[in-house]
Amino acid sequence: MSTLRPDLAIIAGTIPAGARVLDVGCGDGALMAALRDAKGIDARGLEIESANVASAVARGLAVVQGDADTDLADYPDDGFDYAILSQTLQTTRRPDLVLDQLLRIGKQAFVSFPNFAQWKIRFAHMIGGRMPVTKQLPHRWYDTPNIHHVTIDDFKSFVAERGFTIEGEWYLSGEKARGAGLANLLAEHAVFLLRR
Amino acid sequence: MSEDGRFGLDRRTKLLGPVRLDSGGQFAPVEFAYETYGELNADKSNAILVCHALTGDQYLASTHPVTGKPGWWLRLVGEGKPVDPARHCIICINVLGSCMGSSGPASFDPGTDAPYGMEFPVITIADMVRAQAILLDHLGIERLACVVGGSMGGMQALTWASLFPDRVQSAIVIASTARHSAQNIAFHEVGRQAIMADPNWQGGAYYGSLDQPDAGLAVARMAAHITYLSEEGLTEKFGRRLQDRDAKTFGFDADFQVESYLRYQGLSFVERFDANSYLYITRAMDYYDLAEEHGGVLANAFAGTRTRFCLVSFDSDWLYPTIESKRIVKALNAAGAAASFVELSSPFGHDSFLLDAPEMNRIVDGFLKAGGL
Repeated sequence: MSTLRPDLAIIAGTIPAGARVLDVGCGDGALMAALRDAKGIDARGLEIESANVASAVARGLAVVQGDADTDLADYPDDGFDYAILSQTLQTTRRPDLVLDQLLRIGKQAFVSFPNFAQWKIRFAHMIGGRMPVTKQLPHRWYDTPNIHHVTIDDFKSFVAERGFTIEGEWYLSGEKARGAGLANLLAEHAVFLLRR
Repeated sequence: MSEDGRFGLDRRTKLLGPVRLDSGGQFAPVEFAYETYGELNADKSNAILVCHALTGDQYLASTHPVTGKPGWWLRLVGEGKPVDPARHCIICINVLGSCMGSSGPASFDPGTDAPYGMEFPVITIADMVRAQAILLDHLGIERLACVVGGSMGGMQALTWASLFPDRVQSAIVIASTARHSAQNIAFHEVGRQAIMADPNWQGGAYYGSLDQPDAGLAVARMAAHITYLSEEGLTEKFGRRLQDRDAKTFGFDADFQVESYLRYQGLSFVERFDANSYLYITRAMDYYDLAEEHGGVLANAFAGTRTRFCLVSFDSDWLYPTIESKRIVKALNAAGAAASFVELSSPFGHDSFLLDAPEMNRIVDGFLKAGGL
């Protein structure tokens, strides 16, 4: 588990053994493999990139090639205890609808994303006058897969509007956890646990 | 196990059956032609059934007795391959209705002591699978660690998982579908009409006659063969190039390389295949719609299943395109089944699954190993 990306480590550490888990945008299945190896969890995954799916299946994981924007509708209500969307929300065409789907399929949902209001990004934009290119958002404006940037405060108000409940929240600066104080300004990443 | 005559290459056996048929009756006795590779382990937990496609046969990994060609899926099956006789007990059975030794229209009807011809019952994919189950009972194999198949073999794998969920631990379904589409049926009907329009077909009673429906069967194969390839593949291989000539002949010889190639495919096919078997097996495929007997809801075919599934499609396959695999995946998700699916890229159309596909091998290998195989 030590090699897991920090947001994934938080998610993996929180999910109890025996839970039914769907990892949306599971990449090559790093989190799923960690859940399997550490907790015996038989997780399911959805991933858009065929090379990632092949790698995940080759390591024995149940991963289906598909698109979060269109293919979540195929999953039944309440099929999972947890639906996970890590570092994927900002790449979807309709993040609002994807979140609705997530909390239809899963009783609870983990969502992690890069915080677009973190001070370095604000400075790059405000002072530099350019779209920010940082360690957590390394793409340029024309080739970025991140088409719906979101800040921690945006996300929280969206969650409130939708009537979802925040069950847990974690903030990261670099690899390290940090407190909730001034998170919107200081945190690079956020992880939320939501329920309907 | 090696002393056991039930296992090995080129096995034949006749079993009492009967096979219950979807058409209402039953079929008995049943002849089986099959091959096994590798040894069944002590707890019989390493059996892998490989199901062949429409014109395939049991010579999965050994030389074909008629054509002299190597086994048809040596890229996936063999020493050091994902399906490996060193680790697995691999079984491949000529399907019911075929012509390589299992009961089919060319077999002798014990009732009349003449070939069945069109008296052979119209069979379905499920009938083929129920027949295979009878042979596996005979082999003492209760549970299959995996059923693997491409194309019609994939239909059998899905049907196995649906009919015998407790006997199938995992299923690998490659370049396949859960139902035949109107277009699939249409192409098959062209092939059947080509056979039946051949005067040598003689209502199916051509066995023992000097006149065989070779021309009709060859045309059927030519039409079908086009559906196994892709436009890109054909263009790359042949383009508009002429065959052994510098100019068009202004006649109806095979001027183009692609014509010559198709004629060769048609002619070589009649050497090894029976026209009536072609009618019966294409019919079985056309009747195939796994959702039909489950109220039209495919997910119900897999309700409560504990079988693990792995599906692979190819982006240039227009016979059983990716959307058909995705339909199956959707149903498996709805049934809560453990399913994996990936669309691989290959320019070679439906036939991609029989060609060199390292990514497919990597996926199959990982999937089998995750199941402890």
